Amino acid sequence: MTPSSLASIRVAITVFPGSNCDRDMMVAVEQLTSRRPALVWHKEASLDPVDLVIVPGGFSFGDYLRCGALAGRSPIMNAVMDHAARGGAVLGVCNGFQVLTETGMLPGVLVRNAGLRFACRTVRLETCATMASPFTSGLSSGQTLDIPVAHNEGNYFADNDTLNRLADNGQIAFRYVAGDAYGPANPNGASRDIAGVLSNNGRVMGMMPHPERAVSALHGSTDGATLLLKSLEALMS
Amino acid sequence: MTTPAELMTFDDAAAMGLSRDEWDLILKRLDRTPNQCELGIFSAMWSEHCSYKSSKKWLKTLPIDGPQVIEGPGENAGAVDIGDGLAAIFKIESHNHPSFIEPYQGAATGVGGILRDVFTMGARPVALLNALRFGDRNHEKTRHLLGGVVAGIGGYGNCIGIPTVGGEVNFDKSYNGNILVNAMAVGLANSDRIFRSAATGPGNPVIYVGAKTGRDGIHGATMASAEFSDETESKRPTVQVGDPFTGKLLMEACLELMASDSVLSIQDMGAAGLTSSSVEMASKGGLGMEIDLDLVPAREDGMTAYELMLSESQERMLMVLKPDATDTARAIFDKWDLDFMPIGRVTETGRLVLLKDGGTACDIPLAPLVDDAPEYDRPQNPVPKRPHLDSHAITSNAPITAVLQTMLGHVDLASRRWVYEQYDSHVMADTVAGPGGDAALVRVHNSQRGLAITTDCTPRYVEADPETGGAQAVAEAYRNISAIGATPLAITNNLNFGNPEKPDIMAQLAQSVVGMGTAAKFLNTPVVSGNVSLYNETDGVAIRPCPVVGMVGVIDDITAAVGNAFTGADQDIFVLGQDDSKDDGWLGMSLYAAHHGANDIVAPPPVDLAAEKQTGSLLRDLIKAGKVTAAHDISDGGLAVAVAEMGLHSGFGAHIALPATGDMHGWAFGEDQARYIVTSAVGSDIIAAAQQAGVAISKIGVVTATRDLQFGDDDTISLEALETRYEECLPSLMAG
Repeated sequence: MTPSSLASIRVAITVFPGSNCDRDMMVAVEQLTSRRPALVWHKEASLDPVDLVIVPGGFSFGDYLRCGALAGRSPIMNAVMDHAARGGAVLGVCNGFQVLTETGMLPGVLVRNAGLRFACRTVRLETCATMASPFTSGLSSGQTLDIPVAHNEGNYFADNDTLNRLADNGQIAFRYVAGDAYGPANPNGASRDIAGVLSNNGRVMGMMPHPERAVSALHGSTDGATLLLKSLEALMS
Repeated sequence: MTTPAELMTFDDAAAMGLSRDEWDLILKRLDRTPNQCELGIFSAMWSEHCSYKSSKKWLKTLPIDGPQVIEGPGENAGAVDIGDGLAAIFKIESHNHPSFIEPYQGAATGVGGILRDVFTMGARPVALLNALRFGDRNHEKTRHLLGGVVAGIGGYGNCIGIPTVGGEVNFDKSYNGNILVNAMAVGLANSDRIFRSAATGPGNPVIYVGAKTGRDGIHGATMASAEFSDETESKRPTVQVGDPFTGKLLMEACLELMASDSVLSIQDMGAAGLTSSSVEMASKGGLGMEIDLDLVPAREDGMTAYELMLSESQERMLMVLKPDATDTARAIFDKWDLDFMPIGRVTETGRLVLLKDGGTACDIPLAPLVDDAPEYDRPQNPVPKRPHLDSHAITSNAPITAVLQTMLGHVDLASRRWVYEQYDSHVMADTVAGPGGDAALVRVHNSQRGLAITTDCTPRYVEADPETGGAQAVAEAYRNISAIGATPLAITNNLNFGNPEKPDIMAQLAQSVVGMGTAAKFLNTPVVSGNVSLYNETDGVAIRPCPVVGMVGVIDDITAAVGNAFTGADQDIFVLGQDDSKDDGWLGMSLYAAHHGANDIVAPPPVDLAAEKQTGSLLRDLIKAGKVTAAHDISDGGLAVAVAEMGLHSGFGAHIALPATGDMHGWAFGEDQARYIVTSAVGSDIIAAAQQAGVAISKIGVVTATRDLQFGDDDTISLEALETRYEECLPSLMAG
């Protein structure tokens, strides 16, 4: 992959009132591609053609009603769902993951952390053996990534049949495994230690950890950059 | 309930916290009897919280100038030059009383309020810190209050998306009935784009923006100016309720508007709400203001003029716009779905005129509200000279590691992970060093520069010797900034004390300000903003005095900064600031003494400002030169605790040599000031540099690959064993 082709990648980042990781994601993607992603306001009802939509973290609509519920019903998400229905790639991070489950683009729900406390820490993720997906194809199965989480509702939940189906289909993208930081490997009680899942065509991924916060040696890890870069490269190949 | 027109009596004034002299002065200045709204405005503006009437005399002695100072005390926050045309804008503020009554909302609105102070100046907030004091770990309310306050701080900061990067949490029984919740915010702005609050241009529109006004927090500033009692519970409805989502929208809308060149002046509606914002804007501009209270967006019908003026509903701002900018501004607030309402205009009258229901609800001159605000020189009882602790009465031959295990497993020193993992410490993706370091380090976005930030105070020292304790708070903050390699720039302070009408308390306040001022002047860290919280008493018992220092420093190259974790085996471990002959230590008022039954108030460790400056300066030079691999200020718990923390924060251990003679516990746990633990892979360079600079230095050991802590020949403990105690203390307390 040459830098010039990455520089032509079109990334859109949705912005809701209360989004607060939109800038961080924009900076991270621009650092990797040299091209600044477009920030798209929630009231927009359409989306210019893009290679990737990112639904960023934050507290869209203040988490009122239910995390991601109001954002999931905003005009821009109709456009994002249309994009996904055409096979377009979508990445949801943290609150973005919650939004994607609210729209039904991803299975399962995210409920309060098991300890009922906000959890901010660097966790270790293990890449799972997955179906074909641009978000995991550049990573090897078993590859670990150290990336921070920061959330109140990151406890992934689905019924057993769904979890079995996700496992059988290779839709579980990342699991929490023991890392260097003191404390439990799974920061939120997520079922089967699930940190990220794929849609049934592998083109949509939601994950609780924030890759945009691990893109520089100063962050203490560049594993987030690895994840994002491999995904962007896969989308352009 | 009175009608606005009903005239007030002294009894009404007393109920609002005014004295007989203050009531008489109001009658004289108005030349008539005030109505309820007018009296409410006087009482709020002359409250301790807004007028600083007990502390002003002493605050005036603090150094506030320096080449780095862009804006000193008096505005919403202070501002210092950090280079590249940028300013760091910061302030600390207390929310003690509301947080005791309703911990989640009290703490959350404390964060919201301090953030508004910073973005009101045109700065985008980039970091939050806090200084918290709770009661005894076993007190029945401590768990409830700690849990609520931490959740509230996180609830606001996490949602609005500003990282909480540091702070301090301590426990002492003197806070059983009166906790301390101080929140600090730091923002960045272009130095030539700082917004101030003085109203300009008679005729210009006065705009109300943000959330609607409700009946919450009415007269909060007055509540903050009285002691607590058993009846405090009944004040729960006076606690403001925060909405970080609206706070986020307001922040984005204000910053967007400020970038559009529409705003002439702007003021947060914080304590005393619409009263203090309108009075301060008009009086600072030497002008007047007329407001139609019927236009104020209200959350409920039937609010009186008094209620509208004294409400402390959150997430509101008052601004004066350029006359032709109203449409631009309205469009921005519409985009963010926030109220935007022209409610009045700037006048030339020098009066505050409030219209309501077709009549005049208030018409008072502004000058007396501000200029005649009382200033008291309250009497002080001299603080007695404290005896020296007889250390040998409390020290023993117990192994150092055994003492360490007990102390590190105590709430005084245990890991704060349970607290800080509830704070989003890296949103904005510029946090280089978050909680757990000596100072937090936040990258200036898009640059190599970093802001170093810390909050510090050691109340047990201040109680024993206020002047020394005030200086020590500055010195410790200076060390924490220096320990990561940054240059200390300036201070914000939060003076938390009991009832200043009591001479013992007044002496604590006055003398600690003297000590703080002396140190701030000597160390070139002027005080650019601050807050005073008095009457921190419950049923007549005062808190341990807690004059918190929030300090900001700058480092030109963040990649040169160091942390306080060991970085590699076989590196030399030094104490910078003491020499090889030292074989004892200052245990008076130390944590070791408190843990070993020494309850009398004795002399705290002395502060040597020249040594602080010289040692801190050398350390910064050594870090800049790349000679230092890790550094850690020696403070609570002394040398042994500092070394243990450096091991606990890393994957390495240490072997420490003991002095041949002397009191080993004094040496290990003494809290002598102006010292750091420093590690280096080029030890001889460090020694040579220290000798050349005339700074005492002592090599005490080496970093080891095995994760054990060894003192002398045969006193060893695994860091894993220490870690369990250190990490599980707070979780087990909270699991209770």
